[in-house]
Amino acid sequence: MAQSNGSNGSGGYQAGVKKYADNYWTPDYVPLDTDLLAVFKVLPQQGVPHEEAAAAVAAESSTGTWTTVWTDYLTDLDFYKGRAYRIDPVKDDSGAFFAFVAYPMDLFEEGSVVNVLTSLVGNVFGFKAIRSLRLEDIRFPVAYVKTCGGPPNGIQVERDRLGKYGRALLGCTIKPKLGLSAKNYGRAVYECLRGGLDFTKDDENINSQPFMRWNHRYEFVMEAVHKATAETGERKGHYLNVTAPTPEDMYERAEFAKSLGAPIIMHDYLTGGFCANTGLANWCRRNGMLLHIHRAMHAVIDRNPMHGIHFRVLAKCLRLSGGDHLHSGTVVGKLEGDREATMGWIDLMRESFVPENRRRGIFFDQDWSSMPGVFPVASGGIHVWHMPALVAIFGDDACLQFGGGTLGHPWGNAPGAHANRVALEACVEARNQGRAVEREGREILTEAARHSPELAVAMDTWKEIKFEFETVDKITA
Amino acid sequence: MHIEPYGPTPRHVETFSYLPQMTPERLRHQIAYLIQSGWAPAIEHTEPEKSLSNFWYLWELPYFGERSVDRVLAELDSCHRANPGHHVRLLGYDNYMQSQGTAFIVHRAGAR
Repeated sequence: MAQSNGSNGSGGYQAGVKKYADNYWTPDYVPLDTDLLAVFKVLPQQGVPHEEAAAAVAAESSTGTWTTVWTDYLTDLDFYKGRAYRIDPVKDDSGAFFAFVAYPMDLFEEGSVVNVLTSLVGNVFGFKAIRSLRLEDIRFPVAYVKTCGGPPNGIQVERDRLGKYGRALLGCTIKPKLGLSAKNYGRAVYECLRGGLDFTKDDENINSQPFMRWNHRYEFVMEAVHKATAETGERKGHYLNVTAPTPEDMYERAEFAKSLGAPIIMHDYLTGGFCANTGLANWCRRNGMLLHIHRAMHAVIDRNPMHGIHFRVLAKCLRLSGGDHLHSGTVVGKLEGDREATMGWIDLMRESFVPENRRRGIFFDQDWSSMPGVFPVASGGIHVWHMPALVAIFGDDACLQFGGGTLGHPWGNAPGAHANRVALEACVEARNQGRAVEREGREILTEAARHSPELAVAMDTWKEIKFEFETVDKITA
Repeated sequence: MHIEPYGPTPRHVETFSYLPQMTPERLRHQIAYLIQSGWAPAIEHTEPEKSLSNFWYLWELPYFGERSVDRVLAELDSCHRANPGHHVRLLGYDNYMQSQGTAFIVHRAGAR
């Protein structure tokens, strides 16, 4: 296979190529607490030894290039190079293996998820000697975590701002996602919020199209939020999407949202990009604004089990870059998501320390130090019948979003919202009583519906519709 | 089909305010859960028109280390009787998270 330069050793400069493994395969290396660790699923081309392929990944994602260059000798590459230090089998018949690589922290700019990803998932992913490559996990050293801003508010501060405790938050994405005028859109928001939801959401596709410009939407939506707050006596919000073609437009929208008294705004962190996201998170921290994060494009990157970036890495990167909510999948709804794997990345969003757990696809201990947690958002094809399972899976620190499951109620949005709120509170009460909410879900909801015609109608409408397909991406660790 | 109009928006007071008013039996379960979770029970009350504020009136002080469901029930009752026109809610202070593990309405002003 292609070879590379290695670190400079003794003996002077010799032009030409060396095996990657000569310098970048170091099985005796003991990673330092300050190293950034990564694990890749590597499928090499036929005939390439595993150690050589792992070393090539380490080299091409750090200091190496395809040939020796004299300028290598002007620095101490042993200080900077990435090291492949361990190889584990993948438990399937794909022919792939897991390669563990340790990178010295000084390879990366402080506080820059952008810079980490540019190295770790840059050129190396197009490297010819590798048939496919997937970044499965990163262990960020605490020292690096402390250089990142993280969530502008975090779970505790958001709860305190909203005055909502002891239950999950409830949301709804306004539909149809495209084509409503600003005033009609505001009507849909008002009805959802006055019916009992905490939040409504701009669909990610909504930015500033000809049918509804952003400033018109913001004005009508905020009237709806303020009115529903005053009427219910509960704090409400709507995720105003500030995702925009340029950073300047994004900040202009954020400033306008703030001027209207909005408690929360929204950004699409993968299409918008990590540079924009980190900047916006900083703006939110300075301006006392909550930040909801959407993840359009994630499935392009994370769904193929052999190539790309696993979502747990994208979730970790978002926590470092900054966001108070992040979509996590639902396990039970219409979108892909294995239960154990989902539990793994939910932990990575919320907990301050997450131990290695290969059954959940977590390859490393991750210490978040004092960085605040992110609310996982469960959204996509869920309705009242899913509520018992959602309460069991997510617990209280989550935002459950019922789009069709609110707006599709036969009596309209407010009764739809009301039904979801009753279902949530009934499941929380039952769980606190020690009942097995998932197993007894039907009885719990049926009892609650005796006091809520809104819930009874919702239960009749959706009658246990489930979405049961095998997940494409299974845990192979 | 028949559509039931939603009508003027009802006032609410967060967790469990969409369920029927707590009975003593249901309440016992929730107090036991709060105590088992390691949280400190505390009671707050307010005039209904001020319910959106972060800071309701604190009844006495939080009952740190309290393990008795009966004691908490009795205090909730005392607070309610001393402030009949007020909302009364129970909180669980979580000193590890420096937040509240739960907070929910126990007596709603105007409810029977």
